[in-house]
Amino acid sequence: MRYLPLVWASLFHKKTRLILTLLSLIMAFMLFGLLQAVNVLFNSGADFVGANRLITQAKVSFTQPLPLSLLPRIESIPGVARVAYSQFFGGIYQDERNFFPQFAVDPDRLLDSYPEWKLPPDQREAFVRTKTGAIVGRKLAEKFGFKIGDKVPLKSFIFTTKDGSRAWEWDVVGIFDGQDDDWQGRSSLMYLNFGYFDENRQFGQGGAGVYIVRVADPNQSEAIAKAIDTQFENSPDETKTQTEKDWNLGFARQIGDIGLIVTAILGAVFFTILLVTGNTMSQAVRERIPEFAVLKTLGFSDGKVTALVLAEAPALCLLGGVIGMVLAMGAAKGLGAVLGGAPVAVQGKVWIEALVTMLLLAFAIGIFPALRARRLQIVDALAGR
Amino acid sequence: MTALVSIRGVSKRYTRGKQTVEVLQKLNLDIAQGDFLALMGPSGSGKTTLLNLIGGLDKPSDGEVMVDGKRIDTLSAGDLAKWRARHVGFVFQFYNLLPVLTAEANVELPLLLTNLSKAQRKKNVAAALAVVGLADRAGHKPNELSGGQAQRVAIARALVADPTLLVCDEPTGDLDRKTADEILNLLQTLNRDHGKTIVMVTHDAKAAEFASHQLHMDKGALVGEAP
Ligand SMILES: Nc1ncnc2c1ncn2[C@@H]1O[C@H](COP(=O)(O)OP(=O)(O)OP(=O)(O)O)[C@@H](O)[C@H]1O
Ligand SMILES: [Mg+2]
Repeated sequence: MRYLPLVWASLFHKKTRLILTLLSLIMAFMLFGLLQAVNVLFNSGADFVGANRLITQAKVSFTQPLPLSLLPRIESIPGVARVAYSQFFGGIYQDERNFFPQFAVDPDRLLDSYPEWKLPPDQREAFVRTKTGAIVGRKLAEKFGFKIGDKVPLKSFIFTTKDGSRAWEWDVVGIFDGQDDDWQGRSSLMYLNFGYFDENRQFGQGGAGVYIVRVADPNQSEAIAKAIDTQFENSPDETKTQTEKDWNLGFARQIGDIGLIVTAILGAVFFTILLVTGNTMSQAVRERIPEFAVLKTLGFSDGKVTALVLAEAPALCLLGGVIGMVLAMGAAKGLGAVLGGAPVAVQGKVWIEALVTMLLLAFAIGIFPALRARRLQIVDALAGR
Repeated sequence: MTALVSIRGVSKRYTRGKQTVEVLQKLNLDIAQGDFLALMGPSGSGKTTLLNLIGGLDKPSDGEVMVDGKRIDTLSAGDLAKWRARHVGFVFQFYNLLPVLTAEANVELPLLLTNLSKAQRKKNVAAALAVVGLADRAGHKPNELSGGQAQRVAIARALVADPTLLVCDEPTGDLDRKTADEILNLLQTLNRDHGKTIVMVTHDAKAAEFASHQLHMDKGALVGEAP
């Protein structure tokens, strides 16, 4: 402990260099924290714990719609509380930059399945009643100034109307809120009345898109998912049922092996950081050889001098690393919000990985300078030999 | 009078490839307790080499080095380090202070190796800085001190652990006449009033006059003693 001020002061030997090295460490560990957080999210295996909503999609691909005829058979599976279905509409509002998702749904079924959305009863009724009805999330409504009674033109890049046009027009009949801040944050979407959509589309009638299955008891969700998929095994419409969270991640998973990409990026980052900090450390020690000779002259043993040098590396790495990880926590929150409330978080596990990395890095960059300081001969070093 | 330092038949050789240089040749020397000895001689005559042997920074190729009744040439590197910490204070030409530490922290360094408490260390540091007349510069870094002040801090560092012996290698070599005289006066006071035994290497005949004895070296041997 009494040597700490000495280690600390030595770190500040060259302030500018220290700051630059710290900045690169901070950046590296911020990237580490953030990417590992994303990695943990994508690599988390199927997790049915607490899931009360399942998504059933076609086994081949989620872009392949499932027919509506499956509805009664899913409903008849024990433990299923409510079944909704949802077709991604793919509409553009005015300009491509305005993209927001819309889904054609059965109003009652959807709102029963998502009690997290709050919609006044009269608006709900209007949504059921109005063939061209649409409801808009609060966040979206605020962004584009949508009000009840507005007509919203959408150009679908997937579906054409009976007369071959891509232009659809929907009547805003309700604006829904999220039950809490989290859900309010996700309310940038729009639901369309499925009936009108299905009648007026040129192709694909009777296709439901995906099914949203609300289960009565979350503890049963894994068994129910299996029961659904078993039900349609070897039929023309084989299904794949996942929790809603896994389904949301599925799209990103299809981009590629995120884990591998993350590992490759981090590998490159840490190789660079190893060179940068390793160079800083050995340079700093080289410049201070006469100082170490003085310490030895005063009676500091070889072991003590080695330890003093070796202690500087973890001090440096922990300082930069911890700051970087704290920034990563903030950045993860931001990223989560951008990803529509995905649970991106720097968890304890990532912290432990980061701390282990800091110490390994410290050892790697500290050991050679420390040995050099250990070996130095006082008489030679004092004479500048 | 008992000799504090006793050197018997000491040689020091360096081997560079096939060439062997004999820097000290079968040297004998006694330094009395309480002496202030000036070692003089031309450059390359082996003054620093001898001083390093007396201070336990290096070991002789042959011969015995005895300080305060203890053979130090046979100690292991670790034991020698401990011995230095307890018995020798070093002062160098270029002060050799740690630039990142304040004067106070520099002086405290040798005490970190003792088991003194923080409060005791602080007290001893303050006392040592007072002896060299720099109590008011305790918080300054070396680059905020003049050469003379830096050398005083170095002397305080050499004194703080109350060593048996002060070893100074050209302590005034980098200072102007006036400042050098101040430093030499300080060393003289330490010798006379505090009873410190001092061995000082110097090029400067004027500096050597402050000592109580002078010895001259040439080509690795002692060449006679001035009165
Ligand atoms: N490690 C070493 N290897 C080879 N030669 C050495 C070594 N150390 C000292 N010498 C040689 O020993 C001789 C004496 O050196 P020393 O440093 O003791 O001289 P000095 O009297 O202190 O000289 P100066 O007044 O210039 O400081 C020199 O010729 C020097 O080159
Ligand atoms: Mg010399």
